[in-house]
Formats: sequence, C-alpha cells, structure tokens
Amino acid sequence: MSRNTLWSLLGLMLVAVLFLSACAPPAPAATPTPAAPAPTEKKLEIFSWWTTGGEAAGLLKLFDMYKQKFPDVEIINATVAGGAGFEAKPALKARMLGGDPPDSFQVHMGHELIDTWVTTGYMEPLDDLFKEEGWEKVFPSGVLAIISYNGSYWSVPVNIHRANVLWYNKKVFEANGWKPPTTFDEFFTLAEAMKAKGITPLALGDVGIWASTHLFEVILAGTLGAEKYNGLWTGQTDWNGPEVKQALDTMAKMLEYANPDHSALSWDQANDLVIQGKAGMTIMGDWVDADNLAKGFADSGWAPPPGTQGIFVALSDTFGLPKNAPHPQQVREWLRLVGSKAGQEAFNPVKGSICARNDCDANLFGPYLQSAMQDWAKDAIVPSLAHGAAASESWVTLINDVMTVFVTDRDVAKAQAGLAQACKDAGVCK
Amino acid sequence: MRHLPWDRIISVLVILPSALAVGVFVYGFIAWSGWVSLSNWDGLRPDLSWSGFVNYARLFANPRFQIDIRNTIVFTISFLSACILLGLGLAILLDQGVRGENVFRSLFLFPMAISFIVTGVTWRWLLAPGDPTTGRLTGINVLLNGLNLPLSQWYTDPTVLYIQPTGEFGQFLGRIGLGFLTTPNFGIPVAMFSIVIAATWQMSGYVMAMYLAGLRGIPEELREAARVDGADEWQVYRHIVFPLLRPITLSVVIILGHISLKIFDLVAAMSKKGPGFATDVPAYFMFETTFQGDHYAQGASIAIFLLLSVSLLVIPYLIYSTRREAEL
Repeated sequence: MSRNTLWSLLGLMLVAVLFLSACAPPAPAATPTPAAPAPTEKKLEIFSWWTTGGEAAGLLKLFDMYKQKFPDVEIINATVAGGAGFEAKPALKARMLGGDPPDSFQVHMGHELIDTWVTTGYMEPLDDLFKEEGWEKVFPSGVLAIISYNGSYWSVPVNIHRANVLWYNKKVFEANGWKPPTTFDEFFTLAEAMKAKGITPLALGDVGIWASTHLFEVILAGTLGAEKYNGLWTGQTDWNGPEVKQALDTMAKMLEYANPDHSALSWDQANDLVIQGKAGMTIMGDWVDADNLAKGFADSGWAPPPGTQGIFVALSDTFGLPKNAPHPQQVREWLRLVGSKAGQEAFNPVKGSICARNDCDANLFGPYLQSAMQDWAKDAIVPSLAHGAAASESWVTLINDVMTVFVTDRDVAKAQAGLAQACKDAGVCK
Repeated sequence: MRHLPWDRIISVLVILPSALAVGVFVYGFIAWSGWVSLSNWDGLRPDLSWSGFVNYARLFANPRFQIDIRNTIVFTISFLSACILLGLGLAILLDQGVRGENVFRSLFLFPMAISFIVTGVTWRWLLAPGDPTTGRLTGINVLLNGLNLPLSQWYTDPTVLYIQPTGEFGQFLGRIGLGFLTTPNFGIPVAMFSIVIAATWQMSGYVMAMYLAGLRGIPEELREAARVDGADEWQVYRHIVFPLLRPITLSVVIILGHISLKIFDLVAAMSKKGPGFATDVPAYFMFETTFQGDHYAQGASIAIFLLLSVSLLVIPYLIYSTRREAEL
C-alpha cells in the first residue's frame, strides 16, 4: 500500500467518525430516558452568565459552601459572559436542543422559564423538594405563583431584584432643594427645573433597547396599578385601552427629557451621568446599587418611580433541574443549597440583591437592600416585562421591536397598535 | 494501463473526505435550513410540519424586514463605492514609487487583520455622539467641536432622508404612479454611514492591495506606447489602466459584496439595530428572531433569503470565471 493511499484512508476514517458523531440523534428531551447510567464520577455543571463583580463572587461563595458539604463532587462553572444573558441564552438553547443539558442553569423566573423550558417539556418538576424543605412557607406567595405551572414548581429562586427604582444624586437634590417625584406631574415639573439648571433630567442608556422596555414597564405599572398591569400579561387588560395610551404618552414626554445619546449608552454609563451630577435621575433596576458601590459612589438616593409606591416590579434568578441532566442527585443537593437560608444569606449581599426567602437576616445587607427587603415584605409583587418574568421571550422580542421604533418616532397610536398586535401574535390576546 | 484505475481510486478517495464533509456540513445544513423555513417551527420545540411559504410571506410583510432590505442596499452601495474609490486611490498613489512603500502598504493593510468586533467597539467609541447640551463629548465629535464644525449624531441619528411627497418632485412621482418612492422605506438612513465609515476603514486597505497587484501586472510598455501616441496621464488611466483593472474590480465587488450582504458582527458590536432600526441588517434580525425570539422557522426564512441574495451575486461570477477558464 502506497503512502498516499494510507493517508487518504486515514482521512476517510476521520471523516466517517465525524460524520457518524454528527448524525448520532440527540436524546429526545420529551421522553426522559429513565435510569441514566449511574454516574461513576461525581460532577455538577452549573450554567450561568455570572462572570463579573459581585455576581461572580456570589456564585463562587455558593460553590464553596457546596464543596464543604460534598468535597468529592467536582463543580464545573460553565459561564457565558454578557449582560442579561444576551449571549448565554442562545448558547444554552443550543445545548438543550442538542440533547446536552447542563446539570442546572440560571434562568429568570416567570415566563422565560415556563414558556421556554417548562411547557416544552425540558424540565423536571421539583414539588418533592419544595415539600421536604418547607419552601412553600418561606417564599412569598407571589413568587410561588410565578414559578409554578400546572400545579407544580419548576425552579428554585435564589434572589430578587427590583426593576422599579428611581435613582438620583442626593447631593444635587439637596443643593437645589428637590425631592424625588411621586407622581408623573411632579416628575415633569422637576424635569423642567433640572433643565433650567442645565442638568439632563433623565439618564437613559438603551443600547440594545431593553432599557427602554424597562422604562416602559415601570411607566405601565405606575399608570395602571398592580392589578391592571398584571392583566396585561393574561389578556384581561386591553392593550388598546386608554391607560396604555396614557402610559405611552407619558413615556414619549419623558423621552424628551432624556439624554439625546441614549441609544449609544449602556445602563451603567447612564448611571455614570447621575454619579457625575450631569443627569438628575435614572430609572433602572436595583443592580444600580451594586454599580454605585463598585464605583465608590455613596451619595445615591432612591425612591419608587412615579405611581409605583407600594408596587414591587420583581425579577429573579432561579435554578432548575433539566430532564436528562447527567447528575440529577448532585443537582438536587445544589438546589437545596440555593434555596436555603444560609445559601441565600451568603449569595445575596455579595450579588447586590435580596433573598427570595422572607426570613433572611437584614443586618447582613446594605442600606438600599434593607429598604428593598421592607418593601418586598409589604408591597404588591408584579412581574417584570423586560427581564423575562411577565411574558414569553418571543413576546418580549416583539415588544422590543415596537419600542425600538417608538423611542425614535414617538408615534403613540402606531406603538399602541403594535403592542396590541404583539399580544395577539404571542397567543395571549384574541 | 494497470496503474490508471488505481490512480483514479486514490484520487476519488482523497477527494471523498472533503466532499463528504462539505456535503453534510454545508449543503446538508442548507437543505435543513430550507426545510425549517417551510415548517411551522415556532417556539423551542421542533415542529417540522409543512407550512408552505407562510414564513416568507410574513417576512416580506414585516416592516422591520422592509427596513432591513433598505439598509442592506444603502450599506452595500456606499460601502462598495467608498472602498473601491479609496482603495484604488491609495493603490495609484503607492504605485507612483513612493519611498517606504512597504511601510505604507502594511499600514493600510493592517486594519484587515482585526476582527469586525474590535473595529465595531473602537468605532463605537470614536463615533459616540455625546451630549452637546452639556458638552459631554468623546471621539471624533471632540475634534469637530474643536474645529467649530457642526457635530454629528453618528450611528444614533434616526434621520431617514427620502423624497418628500409634498415636494415638487414627490408630487410628480405621485402623479405618474410612483408615489411609493416617497416613503422612508425608499430613503437613506443617515446612521448607516457610521457603519460604512468603520467598514471602509477596515476593508479599503485590502482593496488597495488587490488594485496594487493589478497595477503591477500592467506592463509598463502599454503605458509607454500610449504616451508615445500622445496620451496625457489622465488618458493613460482612462483608456489603458482602468479597463485592464476591470477583472480586479469584479473580484472586489464579489468579495466585498458578500461580506456586506452578510454583515453582522460589526453592527452587533457598534450600534445593534440602531434608533428605529436605522442600522438593523437582515443577519442581526435573523439572530434576534431565532435565538432570542425562538421563531425558528421565521429565522430560517431570513437565513435562506440571505443565502439567495448572496447567490445572486456569486453564482453569475462563478459561471463567468469557469467559462473564462474553459476559454483559456
């Protein structure tokens, strides 16, 4: 056999192997293969987009606690960087659809979890775990409702973030004798005063558009109130109604007081404007608190945005158990830790969020988080739109498209028609 | 004679691996995308039931997609003309025998070694609009401000230039039944030019290198002959050099054209969909539709549309070049 022949045969074999491995059918997720081969080596792969700052530190704390309990388990920290999971979610979908799920993954509570993974049959129910750990008593009923579907629980929430917070620079406010606005009228009066002083009233950084959707959801909650806001996501509140129009009108007016380069900035760059005193306020989730701490800014003030006093627009990171996860036993222990008091008390002060449980020790938390914990205990809890709790990802994508056009042309009628159509396309409105 | 069939077998065996790999990983997956684009797959769970051309009908009715087509056309035309003009200009200047030509050549070629992501991040900062009312500026706008020139909003400019239906020409178009031309869908999004600047910065050096090779391939005798016949320098270029560079221009159009139709990374790093989709492109729309919105069938239809539009460019070129090879 000549040398050439040998090489070509080798090459052929290589391709054959590649071909076969590519063609091997992925294990169908719908039919769980019972009794996956007993794992000989103990591993736990956790998939998340927590790669920077407090969130990464919090995750590592949880890993340390897990290792102390189960020193023989090797933890694989599978992260894909990128804010709000923008890059991580597509990567996760590719793995899940390809039949290669991680042991457990970070997912926003609500429709992002339910519509993407639960209704499609990719997750295991966790009812037994909730019973054994008594979680039905320690998680607020609002949260339990958001993580359940068909009478079962599908994931364990590790933290709670608040979306509706108005952040301002205390020094600037005190120097001018301003107070945070409680109504939209007060907001616009204050905005005029700021403008007269040469301060941009509202800092907005909506590169990638979600920050505008975020602003819109806060205005919606402030205009409609908790009950009607919730009705938007079930089809009970009419998207063509006068309140939604009013919210869009308010948003169009607010955008006139925003920095003109908002579509070039990210949310943290918008927060920089508040820190530097160049802008008066920003409406953003409470991850701003962690950003302020990291930047050494101590003069931050916060208040509920206009109309949302007594409303807590919530989002939460949760972990669940995918079907066909390679190491389900290790995952159950992981979930027990994630839902435990000790686990949440270790994770949340570092991450800059509050516990999903209502029995955490408040003294472990900074001043903002303590105030958030008080509100969490008494406010009406409603789901966030921009962060996957209120609507399915496909619906959010449609709303984002409407917002992209709206922040530019501010055409209220067109935007309202688009929102109503999006609700229909999502299969929620008739 | 005994050796010939054996040689044949070997050559087939040698070709087979790559043919198989290409067959599966390129053509197989194209066929798969085509199939998905004709299915009802909406949501995470695959649903490959036949839907016909519903996804394509919905796609072309989608206002965002209509804007995307406009953006792609504007981007392709301006990116190609900018690269060709700049590349040809640089090549002609370098061809004059400047000292340190090697240095200049590398200097202009280096941007091509950078990925579009890095280019996008850099130009995103350079062309950041800032806020002129508070004097908070960065990048090129600082320069413009220093020179007392008007500032630009760059890639955040939502302006779309189009023929106003109320204007004289617009009214004329309306009368002869071309009123649809007076809508923003047939306009020019100003923000797109920021992307064009970044893309041109990156690719014009490459075009220069191609033209330089072409210029070096033109025998000096031809130019000399023209000069002897009394042609001035402009006429030499007009009648000798440019016609001989035509094949190079064709290659440039093909190479840059397919980059420009498929552009994704530069836009994703620099401005994403932009204000009012001013910088949105089909590839970015495909990414969001498929991997964020879970509309898999819809996303596949965008992918197939992209494939077909690139084929429109590449296939005639392939036919042309194979025919030429056959002639030679």
